[in-house]
Amino acid sequence: MGVSLTKAVQWTSASSGTGKLEFTPMNESLLKEILRFVEQFNSQHPQEAKHVFEEPLQWSTTLVASDFKTDYDISDSDVQSHEKDSEGHPLLQLSPPNVYARSFSQLSKLIHLADDKKLEEVRACLEGNRDPMVKILGPSLTSVLQKGGAHTEVKEEDQGEDSKVKLFLLLQNMDNQLLNKCLKEISEQVSLNPAAVKNEVELLKRLCSEGEKRVLKSVRYTSDYEFSNGCRAPPWRQVHGEICYLVIEPCDTETLYITRSTAGAFLNGGIKQEQEESGYERTSDTYKDLVTLLTSRSPHFAENINKQDFAVQELPSTQKIQHVESVDAEEQGQPQRSYEQQEKNVHEKARQQHAPNKADGEKKYEPCPRWKNLGLMPPCGKAEEKKPSKSSGGETSGEIQKKKLGPAAKSKMKAEFSVSSLPGRLSSQKIKTSAGAVPVDAFSESSSESEEEEEQPERRAESTTDLPSEYWEIQKVVKFLKGGDQTATVLALCAMMDFNLMQETCQLAIRDLGGLEVLINLLDTDEVKCKIGSLKILRKISHNVQIGRVIVDMGGLQSIVKILDSSVKDLKALAAENIANVARFHRARRTVRQYGGIKKLVKLLEGDVEVARCGALALWSCSKSTKNKEAIRKAGGIPLLGHLLKSPHENMLIPVVGTLQECASEESFRIVIQTEGMIKDLVKNLNSENDELQMHCASAIFKCAEDKQTRDLVRKYKGLKPLVSLLSKEDNKELLAAATGAIWKCSISMENVDELQKYKALETLVHLLTDEPEDVLVNVVGALGEFAQIPANKAIIRKCGGIKSLVNLLTGTNQALLVNVTRAVGACATDMENMAIIDQLDGVRLVWSLLKNPNADVQSSAAWALCPCIENAKDAGEMVRSLVGGFELIVNLLKSTNNEVLASICAAIAKIAKDKENLAILTDHGVVPLLAKLTNKTDDRLRRHLAEAICHFCMWGTNRASFGDAGAVAPLATYLMSNDKAVHQSTAMALYQLSKEPNNCITMHQKGVVKPLIHFMGSDDEMLQEATAGCVRNIRTLCLANRQAQDQ
Amino acid sequence: MVTECKHRSCDSPVSQLLKKTSEMSAMNRKLIQSLAETLSKEVEHFNKTEVECLIREFNVLLGEPTLPVRAAHGLDRGAFRTILHNMFGMTDDMIMDGVFRTFDKDKDGFISMREWIEGLSVFLRGTLDEKIKYCFDVYDLNGDRYISREEIIPMLKNSLIRQPTEEDPDEGLKDLVEITLKKMDQDHDGRISFEDFEKTVREENLLLEAFGTCLPDMTSIEAFNQNVFQKQLEQ
Repeated sequence: MGVSLTKAVQWTSASSGTGKLEFTPMNESLLKEILRFVEQFNSQHPQEAKHVFEEPLQWSTTLVASDFKTDYDISDSDVQSHEKDSEGHPLLQLSPPNVYARSFSQLSKLIHLADDKKLEEVRACLEGNRDPMVKILGPSLTSVLQKGGAHTEVKEEDQGEDSKVKLFLLLQNMDNQLLNKCLKEISEQVSLNPAAVKNEVELLKRLCSEGEKRVLKSVRYTSDYEFSNGCRAPPWRQVHGEICYLVIEPCDTETLYITRSTAGAFLNGGIKQEQEESGYERTSDTYKDLVTLLTSRSPHFAENINKQDFAVQELPSTQKIQHVESVDAEEQGQPQRSYEQQEKNVHEKARQQHAPNKADGEKKYEPCPRWKNLGLMPPCGKAEEKKPSKSSGGETSGEIQKKKLGPAAKSKMKAEFSVSSLPGRLSSQKIKTSAGAVPVDAFSESSSESEEEEEQPERRAESTTDLPSEYWEIQKVVKFLKGGDQTATVLALCAMMDFNLMQETCQLAIRDLGGLEVLINLLDTDEVKCKIGSLKILRKISHNVQIGRVIVDMGGLQSIVKILDSSVKDLKALAAENIANVARFHRARRTVRQYGGIKKLVKLLEGDVEVARCGALALWSCSKSTKNKEAIRKAGGIPLLGHLLKSPHENMLIPVVGTLQECASEESFRIVIQTEGMIKDLVKNLNSENDELQMHCASAIFKCAEDKQTRDLVRKYKGLKPLVSLLSKEDNKELLAAATGAIWKCSISMENVDELQKYKALETLVHLLTDEPEDVLVNVVGALGEFAQIPANKAIIRKCGGIKSLVNLLTGTNQALLVNVTRAVGACATDMENMAIIDQLDGVRLVWSLLKNPNADVQSSAAWALCPCIENAKDAGEMVRSLVGGFELIVNLLKSTNNEVLASICAAIAKIAKDKENLAILTDHGVVPLLAKLTNKTDDRLRRHLAEAICHFCMWGTNRASFGDAGAVAPLATYLMSNDKAVHQSTAMALYQLSKEPNNCITMHQKGVVKPLIHFMGSDDEMLQEATAGCVRNIRTLCLANRQAQDQ
Repeated sequence: MVTECKHRSCDSPVSQLLKKTSEMSAMNRKLIQSLAETLSKEVEHFNKTEVECLIREFNVLLGEPTLPVRAAHGLDRGAFRTILHNMFGMTDDMIMDGVFRTFDKDKDGFISMREWIEGLSVFLRGTLDEKIKYCFDVYDLNGDRYISREEIIPMLKNSLIRQPTEEDPDEGLKDLVEITLKKMDQDHDGRISFEDFEKTVREENLLLEAFGTCLPDMTSIEAFNQNVFQKQLEQ
């Protein structure tokens, strides 16, 4: 019973000291099992039953003296058994309410006496004796035996111990039975295996895409090696149930080092690489899966996971029913609530039964947005978080208890809250008009499930004992709101405004007391003053995202959107301002669009200045959703924004430019921004005094300057100079990122680079290469890559010490940054002096090792950068050979499926092959068949470099014949039909080399290369001329030789 | 229509009377015009034509004067309350009395034509300053230039829906009054002076009609404009 009692059975939170067994089906069945064991013990093992325990089992019983019959001495309320031990102590003793039992025979009898209360007695006994094994057998034996060497060691013990050993074996047997029972139950319900974890990780990896939908930055395993059983954890950790270790970079918080074990997911001490000896210890609570863990750690993830439409959104059928019910009107509030409660309990129990081994089955509930938003979610994540998994072991019961106090206190608090909000709900029915409202207490309960407020319940739990005085005052005011006419309502609203509405306690108090519901109801009335008052309050409290969610859930956002049609200016402005606050999450933005809010907001832009400003603020919030950007454009919002862009007021310009900047991520929007002539105004506002405005302007230019005409316009309107001067604002990183981004994109036009150089932009940019955040660095390095296209700038970068900084950045992990850094390094490497420095700093090796990066963009960018490096390095051949594993790495990438990677690798291989020794090594690595395989590709860029590579490989050994044998000649011949001149040149050169092998000539001739080759002979390109002429000559010679042979 | 009668020559007693009234009307019309001329210079927000319309409306509301003596007095309390109720949808007796009192500047128990036009000037088109003064006067029941707790309680008495469960039904009312006083009594002397009132309303315009609706809403103003100004001009 030792193991099963301490590990499998779940102990509830206790008042303190003694534990209590939780009332779960699992515990129930275990108890019954134990009861049967004890009941039958006396008859089945009479000998062992007489064995006297080392210490009595003691618990408080419901039995009284009168329950005992013969075999007992009864005096008053005390009872002693006739049966005594060797020292004359009774084996059973009752002094109410405590009972002491010292043998199984006594326990057995007692159980019989207890009759229908026997289960309670067993429960009480187990609760009173947390470690029955120790009491029964004594600590020494228990520990010896548990180590497993039972039989051999115990044989030496004397006869008296014999029954003790037998007893132990019986108990152990029993224990095994119990454990098996537990396991069976658990495994029936869930099965967690490495495959499930793998799916989970794959799912998360898909969330790492770029762009708006990006939820995570990166997800990777610490080890690429997968054991045959699917685990990635080393075997000695697999013993602990650990499956793999992950490094996950959320968008908003620090990198998480996570262990995924059969018990769930938890943070570890920072396992970064395989074969690290340390870092395995658990440093967080255990969550049931990765999604739950991430939800609690990364607010960004928590918000955005809902937007993802992946398979996880399926709903179990029971919960669907619940959702349908909840839409109904108030009368159902009560039954629904109890149903919900039931559901909750079921889930709670289910969870407690099999706390460990949760896998994808459970996870399916997690990110269902609608369900969650209605506040009907069972507290899965929470419960799990609080409940350290039993199977992970290593925790003392004390620790468990301490942790369990959390949820207990919380549930107590929840109860208090729902009670206090109950009268509110009743009275609010009087003024309730709109259907579809959900009872307020459902929300106060649901709050703890909403992912933003992972920390929330804790804080509130502490404050339950002394609610702030505002709480009671707000309660009074809410009462007036609920039961007052227009005059009283306005007075109450004004009184409410006097509270510190930006303070969370007040915001939540208003919600919990049912005030939010009334405020939202007021929006549907005809009373202008009430609506104004309500909106003024909502505008403040909706800064809190939780409140924003409730507003959306209660249908308040629809009412607010409706108010945008009002004829009262103040109302329109306030409504728009509220939308600006609420539309900070996806669902809210969608609601605004679905109720025609975008059109209405766009319309506000035409009217009164203040109203237009609020409209712009609201559009700014809404424009974070792609579909809303489209809706703004369709509603004719861009010209109106363009008009407002001419406003002299900063508070107008910021939301306007903010919206434009947000929308400029869409190509269609960028075109209109340019054609409507807004670039001029954006440039003008770069000169503003306001950092925020400058930032949004620069950011808009950053996005728009992808387009060449826009880049030219920026120069034309003299925007480059202010952009350069923004580089001095090193303290404002957001501004710096936007400004460097704009400079990067503008510098794609060489005219702009010249102009920028007048203001010494390059020197400043190089200076920014150190100690800046990554989003700044990406842009700075991107710009350097463009600047370095001009030879003079390469020298400037060197003189400013830029080469060293760039090489240093090659060791980073940010993929966008690595793409730009390799590009910049490659551009610099075309200068011999630069190359010497790169070489000296071991830069080539660093670039080369980036071929290992999983990202195809990084791979290709690195390979392109290698080309000039190899071309310009001193002793390039020797240098390449010195890179351990370098050849394997690069040859392996010829198997890539990405054309850009293939093209870049072919180019690099061609450069490497210029060194004869390396050419031989590469040939040995089987490059020839790999290249031959690629010849059927149609991408011109790839064809060009592939032909170039083939040309070089023909110069070694029997490669010419090998290419012919591998069938590379025929497809290569078709390259001559390409429209790309560069392809013609490299193909002609390759064909010339191949034509030195007679068999290839036959193939070429069959493929009709002669005619296009003769055509190219007339080209201006001398290389092309020579190659084609050579090729034709070889074919002709063979032909003649053939004819001569025939003639003879 | 009325002027046409003037040219008819009739000798019956009825036509005699008609003739007399039409002569009066003709005289009235001139009188009205000159009166309108003067009043429109003294009263804000209305032009001459509008004042003329208001005078006519006043006469209509007053009914045909049978006795010249009564005509001098103007609208009495009852008649004015009916107007407030029918035209502007007011219901609260105490507030309507307050509005009457505020219109009736000379405190003679009747609203004269001048008082009618001056009152409506603020009532319909007053600036915020004018409305603050007006509302304060309406709520200052005893005219002592202070709104006291004793004055607020009856005004708000009907504003709260009584909870039958509550032990003291007036407890909520007391709380509401205290909360309001706390907000509006800026100099903490336990009552609301005009300065208190003005300052509070400037901070939060919603509190202009803090103790009950005493100004018309947008819809009734528009209805009034429609009925009194535009229709009469069309005639």
